[in-house]
Amino acid sequence: MKIDSRLPSGPIETAWDRTKFEMKLVNPSNRGKRTIIIVGTGLAGASAAASLGELGYNVLSFCYQDSPRRAHSIAAQGGINAAKNYRNDGDSIFRLFYDTVKGGDFRAREANVYRLAQLSNNIIDQCTAQGVPFAREYDGLLDTRSFGGAQVSRTFYSRGQTGQQLLLGAYSALMRQVKAGTVRIFSRTEMLDLVIVNGVARGIVVRNMITGKIFSVAGDAVILCTGGYANTFYLSTNAKGSNGSACWRAYKRGAGFANPCYTQIHPTCIPVTGEHQSKLTLMSESLRNDGRIWVPKKKGDRRPANEIPEEDRDYYLERKYPTFGNLVPRDVASRNAKQVCDEGRGVGESGLGVNLDFRDSIKRFGVQLIKERYGNLFEMYEKITAEDGYKVPMRIYPAAHYVMGGLWVDYHLMSSIPGLFVGGEANFSDHGANRLGASALMQGLCDGYFVLPATVPHYLSTSSLPNISDDSKEFKEAVGEAESRIKRLMNINGKRTADSFHRELGKLLWNYCGMARNEAGLKKALEAIPALREEFWQNVKVPGDSEDLNQSLEKVNRVADFMEVAELIVNDALERKESCGAHFREESRTEEGEAKRDDANFSHAAVWEFAGDNKKPIRNIEPLSFQYVKPQQRSYK
Amino acid sequence: MSEKGMKLNLKIWRQKSSKDKGGFVDYKVENISPNMSFLEMLDVLNEKIILEGGEPIAFDNDCREGICGMCGLYINGRPHGPQSGTTTCQLHMRSFRDGELITIEPWRCGAFPIVKDLIVDRSALDKIIMAGGFISVSTGAAPEANTIPVPRDDSGNSMDAAQCIGCGACIAACPNASAMLFTAAKISHLGLLPQGQPERKKRALSMVKAMDDAGFGGCTNHGECEAACPKNVSTKFIARMNRDYISAGLTEEPEKE
Repeated sequence: MKIDSRLPSGPIETAWDRTKFEMKLVNPSNRGKRTIIIVGTGLAGASAAASLGELGYNVLSFCYQDSPRRAHSIAAQGGINAAKNYRNDGDSIFRLFYDTVKGGDFRAREANVYRLAQLSNNIIDQCTAQGVPFAREYDGLLDTRSFGGAQVSRTFYSRGQTGQQLLLGAYSALMRQVKAGTVRIFSRTEMLDLVIVNGVARGIVVRNMITGKIFSVAGDAVILCTGGYANTFYLSTNAKGSNGSACWRAYKRGAGFANPCYTQIHPTCIPVTGEHQSKLTLMSESLRNDGRIWVPKKKGDRRPANEIPEEDRDYYLERKYPTFGNLVPRDVASRNAKQVCDEGRGVGESGLGVNLDFRDSIKRFGVQLIKERYGNLFEMYEKITAEDGYKVPMRIYPAAHYVMGGLWVDYHLMSSIPGLFVGGEANFSDHGANRLGASALMQGLCDGYFVLPATVPHYLSTSSLPNISDDSKEFKEAVGEAESRIKRLMNINGKRTADSFHRELGKLLWNYCGMARNEAGLKKALEAIPALREEFWQNVKVPGDSEDLNQSLEKVNRVADFMEVAELIVNDALERKESCGAHFREESRTEEGEAKRDDANFSHAAVWEFAGDNKKPIRNIEPLSFQYVKPQQRSYK
Repeated sequence: MSEKGMKLNLKIWRQKSSKDKGGFVDYKVENISPNMSFLEMLDVLNEKIILEGGEPIAFDNDCREGICGMCGLYINGRPHGPQSGTTTCQLHMRSFRDGELITIEPWRCGAFPIVKDLIVDRSALDKIIMAGGFISVSTGAAPEANTIPVPRDDSGNSMDAAQCIGCGACIAACPNASAMLFTAAKISHLGLLPQGQPERKKRALSMVKAMDDAGFGGCTNHGECEAACPKNVSTKFIARMNRDYISAGLTEEPEKE
């Protein structure tokens, strides 16, 4: 696999402007003749479809939900970062760039991150003009807050529903283009495969989820904005339908998959209550600003939290990290929660939880102020757990939340297959080994509003793309393969449901490739996952008919891919024999037990290449170099 | 937990397709934990149905945290069930009694044809937004964000309206199957902001027309929509939409389609 990241040379501050100027444009009168296929309507997909539609291209937009407005970007709570420096508190594009590279533990490309920081300001302008109701100060100007331990106040927000408001903004812009006739929406339509003709991406195979009809769509370029694969863990904060299939199909057609083991486990989620649990709910990590995290000092202390006196409590984050305390980054907070629970000091029925206690903040500031700050989160917690967080400590536990890994893309966001572009969480580009809070929304919109609408036209105008119809050989073959896969799944007629396999897979991954990983565990997973996959293909049961709305079939088709994604995650985790960001290898730690990078051997992105079914994939490397931010050991002591 | 679990009798609407007539089917579930969400209870039932060789009940759901608007069941005669300000996915079984009979239906509204079982087609809502639920600013054309100050109260009111998740509960609850609360929420969200002013009148006219064209009924002030709304969107926005619509009608030519 040839890995050419097409990084710009010269000063980083002007790199994107120079790249844009060097790119070829498409004559306005020719744009309507070009068809761009966009899969997914989250922040990246909806904003890319709207923006390319505005430019005059013929855009076909696909989503599995009943409306593009429902994509899971909608669930993001906290906010979106931008380097506006409205607070005059020392923020700048360079500082946001610096914080993001450092937060990603020096595993992201400098040029990409700099562009992201630059464009962050345009995003706020764009969304404000669209009518996104951002929080305001009394003077009518935009309010910001500090988030995720950042020392500057750069996070713009709309109450606890920032993702919703940004997505509805992008959705509105998209619907405006539907009305203008430049974009056509295919809802309840799921991508099953990518079609490649003469080495370039020319279309997709999809399934109409109501009629079950499988058909193909041809175009000049394909953009995947299909989100992350955190649902490989079964229990995650993702939507039930979120899946990795589109990206996985692309990988199996030759696209490189980068850093699959970088999976973010978010520390402040509501713990699992039983086997029936279908998903996990995240609560904004802003709670850690005023809540104190603790567990009993003694193993197996089952007294109710309020009856445990001060001297029997262990505020372990404050004890171990006196400077940052409860505000340590997500990966550190999550790992420590796991550690105390592994020691048998976890709380709640399952013992998999830690206390998040507001007693002292309520004493200090009064219940009113805590209510003003977090009222909606306390309500949400009470709705789910039937407990009053003002009176007894909340219980939290980490949950799979976001993936930094994804399809490899170059500076133009093009994958290793020409004509296949990838935006948002689906690509691997900007967050390195760990994503900072309020940066996912920024990246999705940056890719969709500003990067893809510049780079995709350049591809179209510099490539020779002969007219193609979807009854050509390659399309028919791809449709045939998709149909026979569905038929095969329908005919297994085994004894276990898709969910039961998925749950078992998730547990394997969580236990052996979750917050802490070691060689022995990963090797165990590499034996267990293929065995489970084999059983799946022998013993899964799909009821109903394939030519009908069949949610079990949709599920089973996604789980079949998760079974393979899981193995790649573990392979990547095993090969990366260092700790970095969210990837913690127990063998690689500092004397104090913290994550220890190995820059000499692992300062690179691992780009996995499909080598055939049941063959070990090939691990390629894209070396990283740091000219502006000097790699250092992260320390939160 | 297994000994303490709840037993429930369920009466669930089954319908093979939009052309099928459909009808209620009775089910029983046992060992239901009060900590389960309503949809997790249905998951348990579906797993049982699949293993017994039947076809599971189709229902829409996605985020399961009350924000995507995908889920929506008519539970014991109320959209999203007995708890106010709550979507079906955030409703928990502790809101029900052991041994209770629960009736589960899809949204009932002519403009929302049933697709299968509890799934309906809500694409009419997309058509209303398409008619004008946006501010016409193309990417790249935006001025510096702080050049448009917005009074804090206006921004807050706008956000109150913008919280709508587009689930359709307001329409399912309304005796007239009116989409006024949904439409008013979008018109008010944009109309309360300075950025939304240039298209305000045109927007009111075209969105109301799209709403009527889709076959939704008119508002006769029952207020059921607000009571059913999982995000507590207020009917005051309907009054606001009516004001916009009337004043636009007096001063603007209706848009020609």
